[in-house]
Amino acid sequence: MLTTPNRIRWQVDFESYDVLVVGGGLAGIRAAIAAVETNPRVRVGMVSKVYPMRSHTVSAEGGAAAALRPEDSYENHAFDTVKGSDYLADQDVVEAFVREAPVEIIQMEHWGCPWSRDDDGKISARPFGGMTTWRTCFAADKTGFHMLHAVFQTSLKYPQIQRHDEAFVTKLLVEDSRCVGVVALDMKTGRFDAITAKSVILATGGLGRVYAFTTNGNICTGDGMSLAYRAGVGLKDMEMVQFHPTGLPFTGILITEAVRGEGGYLLNNEGERFLKRYVPNKMELGPRDIISRAMITEFEEGRGFEGPHGKYLHLDVRHLGEKVIDRKLPFMRELGREFVGIDIVKEPIPVRPVQHYMMGGVDADISGATPMAGLYAAGECANVGLNGANRLGSNSLPECLVFGAAAGRAATEYASSVKPVTSNPVDALLWDEAHRVEVAFLEKKGGTERMGAIREEMQHEMDQGAGVFRTKEGLEKLIERLGGLRERFGRIKIEDSSRTFNTELTSAMELDFMLELSQTIAVTALARDESRGAHARRDYPERNDEKFLKHSLVFSRDAAKPRLEYRDVHLGDFKPQARTY
Amino acid sequence: MADKRITIEAARYDPDKDERPRLQSYEIPFYDDSMVVLDALNYIKSEVDGSLSYRWSCRMGICGSCGMMVNGTPKLTCNAFVRDYWPRPITVQPLNNFPIIRDLVIDMDDFMHKLKEIKPWIIRKQEIPLGAGEHRQTNDQIDDFRQFSQCINCMLCYAACPVYGLNNEFLGPAAIALARRYNLDSRDQGLKQRLPVLADNEGVWECSFVGECSVVCPKGVDPAKAIQQTKLDTTLRFVLPYGNRD
Repeated sequence: MLTTPNRIRWQVDFESYDVLVVGGGLAGIRAAIAAVETNPRVRVGMVSKVYPMRSHTVSAEGGAAAALRPEDSYENHAFDTVKGSDYLADQDVVEAFVREAPVEIIQMEHWGCPWSRDDDGKISARPFGGMTTWRTCFAADKTGFHMLHAVFQTSLKYPQIQRHDEAFVTKLLVEDSRCVGVVALDMKTGRFDAITAKSVILATGGLGRVYAFTTNGNICTGDGMSLAYRAGVGLKDMEMVQFHPTGLPFTGILITEAVRGEGGYLLNNEGERFLKRYVPNKMELGPRDIISRAMITEFEEGRGFEGPHGKYLHLDVRHLGEKVIDRKLPFMRELGREFVGIDIVKEPIPVRPVQHYMMGGVDADISGATPMAGLYAAGECANVGLNGANRLGSNSLPECLVFGAAAGRAATEYASSVKPVTSNPVDALLWDEAHRVEVAFLEKKGGTERMGAIREEMQHEMDQGAGVFRTKEGLEKLIERLGGLRERFGRIKIEDSSRTFNTELTSAMELDFMLELSQTIAVTALARDESRGAHARRDYPERNDEKFLKHSLVFSRDAAKPRLEYRDVHLGDFKPQARTY
Repeated sequence: MADKRITIEAARYDPDKDERPRLQSYEIPFYDDSMVVLDALNYIKSEVDGSLSYRWSCRMGICGSCGMMVNGTPKLTCNAFVRDYWPRPITVQPLNNFPIIRDLVIDMDDFMHKLKEIKPWIIRKQEIPLGAGEHRQTNDQIDDFRQFSQCINCMLCYAACPVYGLNNEFLGPAAIALARRYNLDSRDQGLKQRLPVLADNEGVWECSFVGECSVVCPKGVDPAKAIQQTKLDTTLRFVLPYGNRD
């Protein structure tokens, strides 16, 4: 370690791996294990800004879809996914996904995931929104929690996987247009490290914290998307943001779709199951985008309840009875009791639509490869073309497994074909990056803007301008306001000058990422003059296949005006048709 | 509601500057009846003092990040409600029995090593191929280990454990509960491989059965029970020729 006059701590020797995974959630750990299983001699690094078991995968509740049951088929799962995506999914990707998902669910079973079982001891399944049959495998209503702990604990048996816990990645190392590692700030020591690798997999999760009302944890700040974007890689379909119908008012805590899968009712203030006017054939098992819009419409037409934290509707499971609730939805009862003070066996649950998931992400193909050599992406931070304009509930956990594993294999293959990284440019890149962070944040003097205020305003503006319904005027205003916030961000005040576990510094870098990503959401949403899936424009209420059966791609040019491109969707057997349920 | 205030006494410690932790007092608005101690810390960090350091993420009691001592008791601050303490001040300190990295942030690397030592993965003499499908397991068989699988590694049990406080070589409640989780899983055959660590001097026999671990667990895990049951496992191993599944 060198101590320089301006106190930057940085490392002279660097760790070097074959494959480096950024992110320790379900996709990242699955990728790391796949790398080792592809080649047992491979050295895998895993860098995560939190201990892996803190990753937001823990908050996934309802289940993981896979066509495992004899009455189900790949084709049905594929069709449901493509229709759910409003035909913006790439059908070759969907095809691969539905075939791999059952294998991955069995793999998780072998790794100890405590899947809930049928009477014959086989993995059970429950109905879920937009799925035409029971195919959502579950571990009570803590599926993500159990999957993450099972896969993380399993990963501990592989000595080839070396973890760097609580290290915050600030930049991708790029040499001759090839990704060769990252710069990471070690939280405990405050030291900047270059961690190099022959290939890098981004698996950093979603960006829900750009919104005020979100189910996402504090760590979901889109880091990997921003890292790739800054390195020149395109972000795909960023206008496609999922709003889950049932979040608890005030906290945004997720009430799982499994509540409706198990037979819960959504009721308005007249006690009416209002979805009969929106998705009559599916009712509570309609897809998330349509139900969220139906709920907002109910609010606008005066059929919502008024509460201290805004309007809400009722999600009622009382008719299911205590036994079913305790067996299938125990965590929901716990959340109701602990966070709202209600017993869901006896009282309806107050809910309203809440930002939940990002369909958009780092442009990646079916194997997780991005257009940049050596760079891969998987899980929520990636867009491999699976979810299109609206992800079906319970497709994201198997997506983490299927495409995490695919990226792990592809990155390992790539690593075996290229030469090791040399220290020559890495040292200079590390120094530059440590210096950048130092000047931009730690050594900054005379800042006046409170970071918390900028973050809250950004979140408020995103809720207002890029929510369930969007308009041209709202999005233009949003872009302008985000520009103002970006300018104010240049004058932020950092009070914490410590090198040890400086969370104000990491929060500032996260806000920097989020301001950038908010802009990509707003810009792509403004450019898509149609309504498709989760992207609902009041001024363009119809889908326009002629013009917009295409993925959007956004590239960094300057903060105010990113560059947009469009790319044709990979169509297949399923021709676009009207999406009714 | 608008004019209610709450005083938070938060532990501060920066190893670069401070010899030992000290308390810093913040008086802030108690702005909503649903407010939890974590919200209070977030208010302080956002509005008053950006340098206060602590961990948090999910705010729904499942990620395990935000455990701290609240008025001397280990709690997840995301479900410790301010209304249960108001109008008295709330003292927030880092979890007991761990080295402190900074302010409210503890060093839990010790647990990460212990977790690995108990081999928390399914061990089988012979793996069945993926193509053979799942192991059959009934819900009743899952019930055998279900509660031990609920551990979120929040470290509250280690903070409550007087034995760990005296001897941090002790394997400790969560690690033993997780070993028990696998030992009781009908798919697992690894008991014999885990017993050396569990039966070691710093294993289950170190526990003096105070039971505080089970009292403070926010997820209903009963590590004390796991420890007592494991003591039996380590004994039967020597007494009965076929006393355990291997």
